[in-house]
Amino acid sequence: MGKGIWVFAEQEEGNIRKVTFEILSAARAIADAKGEPLCAVCLGKDISALGDKFAPYGADKVYLVDHEALGDYTTDAYAKALCDLISKEAPSTILMGATVIGKDLAPKVAARIDAGLVSDCVEIKLDGDGIVLKRPIYAGKAYAEVTFQNTEIAMASIRPNVLVAAEPDASKSADVENVTPEISADDVRVNIVETIKSAADKVDLTEAEIIVSGGRGMKGAENYPIIEALADALGATVGASRAAVDSGWRPVSDQVGQTGKVVAPNLYIACGISGAIQHYAGMGTSKVIVAINKDEEAPIFGKCDYGVVDDLFKVVPPLTEEIKKLKAE
Amino acid sequence: MNSIVCLKQVPDTEAQLKVKSEGIGTDGVKFIISPYDEYGVEEALVQKEKAGAGEVSILCLGPDRCVEAIRTGLAMGADKAFHIDDPACDGSDAMATAKVLAEQIKKMDDYDLIFCGKQAIDDDQGQVGVALAEHLGLPHASLVTKVEVADGKAKVNRQIVGGEQIVELPLPCVITAQKGLNEPRYASLPGIMKAKKKPLSPVKIADLGIDAATTGAAGSKTKAGNFSSPPARTEAKIIAGESPEEKAAALAKALREEAKVI
Repeated sequence: MGKGIWVFAEQEEGNIRKVTFEILSAARAIADAKGEPLCAVCLGKDISALGDKFAPYGADKVYLVDHEALGDYTTDAYAKALCDLISKEAPSTILMGATVIGKDLAPKVAARIDAGLVSDCVEIKLDGDGIVLKRPIYAGKAYAEVTFQNTEIAMASIRPNVLVAAEPDASKSADVENVTPEISADDVRVNIVETIKSAADKVDLTEAEIIVSGGRGMKGAENYPIIEALADALGATVGASRAAVDSGWRPVSDQVGQTGKVVAPNLYIACGISGAIQHYAGMGTSKVIVAINKDEEAPIFGKCDYGVVDDLFKVVPPLTEEIKKLKAE
Repeated sequence: MNSIVCLKQVPDTEAQLKVKSEGIGTDGVKFIISPYDEYGVEEALVQKEKAGAGEVSILCLGPDRCVEAIRTGLAMGADKAFHIDDPACDGSDAMATAKVLAEQIKKMDDYDLIFCGKQAIDDDQGQVGVALAEHLGLPHASLVTKVEVADGKAKVNRQIVGGEQIVELPLPCVITAQKGLNEPRYASLPGIMKAKKKPLSPVKIADLGIDAATTGAAGSKTKAGNFSSPPARTEAKIIAGESPEEKAAALAKALREEAKVI
């Protein structure tokens, strides 16, 4: 059996995804209990400056895997580099964020190295020698605990914003190993033609700490400015229900729900959203849920922490003002 | 334009499930084609229609009841189907499932595109499509919202964090379908009638040269158990107030002082 609890440290243009620190923090106790080193494995191009970012969250060792071909994420390049390192170093466990990249890279690697893989986990713990993961199934209608059997390497992807990142301890240090992987042009079969980023300064829904969403009760695209104003006051990202997206009021990328994005913010404010089970599947693990809806029978009132039974058009603007006042204090 | 579509039959999203520690009860539940797989069926048909010719084959691993979902795919317009229905596969996890599907596909030739949904809406693992591509040695694109085929390549739009990406990959390749790829057609009555005569071939793992010990619950590397219902939320506090403005103020105060989230 190998040794080493690895955390794939996802980064983009030198910005490390928060989920990396959440996983490192949670994995520290597991590494201690198993007596194995906790290693951050960071892939990218020109990432030498990231070497000292992981020790404060508990990493014993950092692999900086640097190559031209890792500048933009492609499954082929990242899988080649990571699998070569895995063959060489033989970890026991590999953890990644269940992000767009993590959910694409993990099954590729798991299939190549013939490892067990559990996706989108919300809890990780040790039971005896083995890791136990808890994850939602049926869009969150139920939860399962999953263990590994007959696998050399255990792999899992962890849902962002669920585990808690520890307070960074700047006094800690880690061994940094620079790795130059072998990746040839033939290894990479997918060619990126164009990247189109929308609203560069907005935090993606899946990483947002606060989300304000508008649903069918918004009655039209032209009414969303009040939601945007509330979001601005809170430093939040704007989301939408399927009804709003299907009506063409908001882009598909704003959709929260079973067939949209799964989010786990600290605060989710649902405006004019009835709270159908498919919407709840996308935001049910939010820490605090607020519902604003004039229909007192709306299912969401049975699934929220705070409810305001009133017309959202009369509640949201004053709420925005109150928030601004509080923040100014 | 020949395509293979992997399809899973799953409980309907509205289904009431019985959650017991040993497992999830689905008796009496309505079953459907997993919605993301349905986008795959539709896209295979669209690409065949655009090319003017081709064959769409459905592939499904699952028990006897899956025939209904397979027939729906055939009724939508697919040409033939393979149903891997073998008790040895019961309890296979996603990785084990991908291996079985790969062995079936290795026996098929002359395909350009393989479609899978981004995830099945029961297990929500999202592994099969990508793992399948790896086992077949094929490139893949995940979270795809648009497919254009030209000159032996697929040019696809895919979702990334904060936006979209257009990538090109050689055929044959695997595509995992995301919402927005298309609007699946309803099976027409003539389609339903024709589907009854289309070939639906049962497959056993022995036909694929797979050893029972390497598949099913025992052959999988992960094991799910101790199922539970989601933790109940404490009862909602309905904010009181004489006016919307009062309620707004009370809510803001509660969020700051009580919930401490702002």
